[in-house]
Amino acid sequence: MKPAPFAYHDPTTIAGAAELLGRFDNARPLAGGQSLVPMMNFRLAMPDHIVDLNGVAELAGITVGETVSLGAMTRQRDIEFHQGLAEACPILREALLQVGHRQTRNRGTIGGSLCHLDPAAEMPAVMTLLDATLHAAAWNKLPRQISMRDFAVDFMDSALEPGELLTRVEFAPWAPGHGWAWREFARRHGDFALAAAGVLVALTPRGDIDRLAIVISGLGPRPVRLTSVETAAAGAKANDALVAAAVAAASRVSAQDDIHASAAYRQRIAGVMAERALRAAFERARAGSPAHV
Amino acid sequence: MGMKFFGASVKRKEDPALLLGKGRFVDDLAMPGMLHAAFVRSQHAHAMIKSVDAAEARKLPGVVAVLTQADLPEPMRDRTLPLYVPHPAIKQIHMPAPLAKDEVRFVGEPIAIVVASSRYIAEDAANMVVVDYEPLPASVDARDAILPGAALAHKGAPSNIATQTPIKIGDTDAAFAKAAHVFREQFHLHRGGPFFIECRGLIASWNAATEQLDVIASSQGSHRFKRTFVDLLDLDDNQVRVVTNDVGGGFGPKGSFYVEYAAVAAASMATRLPVKWIEDRAENFVSTQQERDQHWDVEIAVDENAKLLGLRGKLVHDAGAYMTWGLVLPWIAATSVIGPYVLPAFQLELIVAFTNKITCTPVRGAGRPQGCFVMERMMDRVARELRIDRAEVRRRNFIKPEQMPYKVGLIFRDGRPVTYDSGDYPKAQALAIEQSGYEGFSARKAAALARGKYIGVGLSNAVEGTGLGPYEGATVRISTSGKVVVFTGATPQGQGHKTTLAQVAADHLGVDFADVSVVTADTGTIPFGMGTFASRTAVNAGSSVHLAAIEVAEKAKKIASELLEASPDDLEIKDGGVEVRGVPGMRKTFRELAYNAVGLYGFSMKGDRDPGLEATSYFKPEQSTYANSTHVAEVEVDIETGEVKVTSVLVNHDCGRVINPLIVHGQVVGGVAHGVGNAIFERLMFSAEGQPVTTTFADYLLPGATDMPRVTVTHTETPSPLNPIGVKGAGEGGTIAVIAAIASAIEDALSPFGARIAEMPVSPERVLELIAAGKARAPV
Amino acid sequence: MSESSSEIRDIELTVNVAKRRGKAEPRLLLVDFLRHELGLTGTHVGCEHGVCGACTVMFNGHSARACLLFAAQANGADIVTVEGLANPDGSLNVLQEAFREHHGLQCGFCTPGMLITLTEHLRDNPDTTEEEMRVALSGNLCRCTGYEAIVEAGLDAARQLRDAGKERA
Ligand code: FES
Ligand code: FES
Repeated sequence: MKPAPFAYHDPTTIAGAAELLGRFDNARPLAGGQSLVPMMNFRLAMPDHIVDLNGVAELAGITVGETVSLGAMTRQRDIEFHQGLAEACPILREALLQVGHRQTRNRGTIGGSLCHLDPAAEMPAVMTLLDATLHAAAWNKLPRQISMRDFAVDFMDSALEPGELLTRVEFAPWAPGHGWAWREFARRHGDFALAAAGVLVALTPRGDIDRLAIVISGLGPRPVRLTSVETAAAGAKANDALVAAAVAAASRVSAQDDIHASAAYRQRIAGVMAERALRAAFERARAGSPAHV
Repeated sequence: MGMKFFGASVKRKEDPALLLGKGRFVDDLAMPGMLHAAFVRSQHAHAMIKSVDAAEARKLPGVVAVLTQADLPEPMRDRTLPLYVPHPAIKQIHMPAPLAKDEVRFVGEPIAIVVASSRYIAEDAANMVVVDYEPLPASVDARDAILPGAALAHKGAPSNIATQTPIKIGDTDAAFAKAAHVFREQFHLHRGGPFFIECRGLIASWNAATEQLDVIASSQGSHRFKRTFVDLLDLDDNQVRVVTNDVGGGFGPKGSFYVEYAAVAAASMATRLPVKWIEDRAENFVSTQQERDQHWDVEIAVDENAKLLGLRGKLVHDAGAYMTWGLVLPWIAATSVIGPYVLPAFQLELIVAFTNKITCTPVRGAGRPQGCFVMERMMDRVARELRIDRAEVRRRNFIKPEQMPYKVGLIFRDGRPVTYDSGDYPKAQALAIEQSGYEGFSARKAAALARGKYIGVGLSNAVEGTGLGPYEGATVRISTSGKVVVFTGATPQGQGHKTTLAQVAADHLGVDFADVSVVTADTGTIPFGMGTFASRTAVNAGSSVHLAAIEVAEKAKKIASELLEASPDDLEIKDGGVEVRGVPGMRKTFRELAYNAVGLYGFSMKGDRDPGLEATSYFKPEQSTYANSTHVAEVEVDIETGEVKVTSVLVNHDCGRVINPLIVHGQVVGGVAHGVGNAIFERLMFSAEGQPVTTTFADYLLPGATDMPRVTVTHTETPSPLNPIGVKGAGEGGTIAVIAAIASAIEDALSPFGARIAEMPVSPERVLELIAAGKARAPV
Repeated sequence: MSESSSEIRDIELTVNVAKRRGKAEPRLLLVDFLRHELGLTGTHVGCEHGVCGACTVMFNGHSARACLLFAAQANGADIVTVEGLANPDGSLNVLQEAFREHHGLQCGFCTPGMLITLTEHLRDNPDTTEEEMRVALSGNLCRCTGYEAIVEAGLDAARQLRDAGKERA
């Protein structure tokens, strides 16, 4: 389990990294390495060039304001412990605590997780939930923006073109007082979820739904928003009927079998997680106070 | 002799080095000029090898040699590994060759070995070797393998059946004829593996000048490895030395000699340089031996009072591709069914099938978990059908302490009749019930149910043949430094043998525990050894150290009596010397005595004493000692996801006298964790073509720190009469019965739905299926 | 930007407070570099795919899997391995001693990773609960102990470190 030979590059600027990725064939960017390096050790990935992004300072950093911006090389650990972020977008930390383990979050980055796009990974699902926008750079090309919905194309396949580099992800946090919940079922702590659900909800002063977002992940190749439920929910009551509708929709998300679980089981668990996430999010929204996690 | 150390929770000798990062695991060692090996392994479960082309690989810079079967030295080239335990019931035997010749029989079987200046380059080259296969149909499921016309695991074999033999006690037909109730169950015990954290590995150094093979291995028995090298290479006894230093877990499968080891030795002979091979985890998943794979179809007969009358049925055991340990596993499984119960009649048809999967050899518990699972699940069935408490059904069937020694009526795998030497099974269960929450559980269960929570309790009992022969030996020497050294063939992998054996020796020799060193598993220091398996080291090596230490103490007294001109009867061993009782000044230190015992150059030995203040003893148990345990497990089941949380486990464990309670506690708790894995997490899966599909630690789930409950261990000490220190084995007792206890607890938690469990492990998805099946049987 | 990026590089770093240097081709894993180039064999290899935790080291102040880092990435890094945990006089530190006291190790193969993980956990969470500690340990596999004695050792060490802190205060 030793990686195949490759050339190692350690650029210090985005432009430098983009140039390397653009110039060389079969070049891969190395972020936290928590998914890529195992694949290289198994020789399931055999890049000829590794472009190590860990020295590119401008790729890392968190800003919280009207929008939240996370540099692609921001470590999961830094997101986890960022107080301003926890207040503006508490679901991020709740989901992050299920991402791997302390040691992997210390290295793993938001950008790496988004580009790897494991179907059961938390970060792509949360960014889908937040309608995030991804910024990409490339050598000899203009930077472009990709919405998270378009970014996740298929099974572990992103909209990035060869040589293109994810530089940061941006999203607008929900208004203070919103409800949130991330619920997932994994066999062991830190394992990839068999199914997961994330919910954001804002209530009107009367306690009805003002805005709702639900994401399901772990079933098919990419995270899925329950848009029909979300749309129908606007102005509706945060009640059992809504929960039932969400459960039904979650259980219809197309799913795949693998050695860990059948498609039918995953769909069923998606329903359970959706219900749990919705109820928890409603409760938090009703409690109304910003997060203190 | 006072017992100062025996029975005390002495801190381990092994720990400081391991805690400081100064362990000596095989991959920590390097030799001058050492090369690194990697293997070319079969990609197919079953195929003929048409050709192997290593030309490109040989050209890669850094590659020193590539060996295929044709390149192996004589006489190894055409030999297969020896069968460790022959048995007359074996109809057909297949053993692996050091490198596959023309047929491969499981994914992962070694075809060629590459040696290079680094493991990185060796892997590069291994990927360049081109093997041309002609795939053959594979035998994958043992149940199919035994049917007529099944795909053959070994081309040209008459069938896949290695053994088909009955095991029998009493008259089952008569027992079933008079039974008030007969219940039938089919059980499937799935495959798991040892999954030690340190993979296998060795360094072989062939010295062409001295014609000697030196091997450092991660093993469970240096002497077994040495004998196998001697056999494969027709070497003399003095030409092979095998040493095992620190080992990062064994759990059974590091006890086998594997074909890779022969190939590594061959590579060292070919290159005349030391060769290291460290199995990586990808290899580990396709080459280290596995266990548990059994299918049982059994019926139980009981009278109207739930007393056992008989049990009969069929066991289909998946041997995998080869049969390194003969019938050991299925035989132990079959004889373990009886457990602590009076079973007047028993008949089991034992069928062992070859499949194109990794060979099954003992893994912690070694067949006992399966046998225990079968009987304990049957006990629960009887309890449910007859509406009697589960503990009560067992109580009615226990072998009573006054029946000891108890002849079960079967031949154990040690060749002796299964005769339980001692134990108080009713008491063990009574204590476990008293110490656990079993009695008050139904109230807690009802209260939990009212809150929408599903909790359950289960219990199970096991009797475990431990301390198997033929022997283990120890040389105890008081060296001329005045300190004590113990040499033994016992080969530890974390069980703390250096500590426990030093405890035994220190007491007899009146020295401080710190002044005893224990040298394990070096074939250069003691001629014979068996190594670690079947929870046998405390019994065998412990007793040997005990006997040898007593002999050394006598010898010391004898020499002292000559030097001090005192009668041996007036002497006592004290503080590292021998002194005249009550006259502290009249003494000889061990140092002085040891010098004297060595002799003086040119002078005759006094008396007819053998030189050296030392003695060697090989303790040869007449039969196994039988340890026992009762496990009580509690679980909580999330009926929406099917997730099972094991919330508590209590073990009342009787392994006879306990040398070191801290260590035994650790053995039991660690064993429970292995059982928790077997019960709900660990499952090795294969595709229909025999491809292993769980080949990473992300797919094969070992229990982690958040998956384990607190484990309470209590002890009953029923000394074994079969050895001088009264001990029984402790290494596997934690694992064996807990699997059945957890199954029982899950079934209990799901009793509102009538779910039934007849398999292990049970995944969350399976839990939901079982709930659905239960509901379908009896709508709730 | 170096063009000769396939070549063997000189790596300079700090390991256990000492400056060390060694050579590494780009693909050399940090764990192999530590073990075989620097001779620090206390850090172990259990899976090489980032699951078992046996290779855990402190990398610039945070625990990390040394099997998922390349040695080339460690140029200039500050690393602590199990060899760097003992007291200055070479004796077992509080956590190591607690492992011995509670029998928190059997074969000792997972132990270096466990010690590093707990060192970080106790540093960041001096008032840790048992549950927090189990979660912290969930990325380290042990096949021998069933974790209980490791958790007990960790809780005991936490207690001792707190008491020592109070005394100093
Ligand atoms: S060896 Fe690095 S996590 Fe297992
Ligand atoms: S002590 Fe052996 S793996 Fe943990």
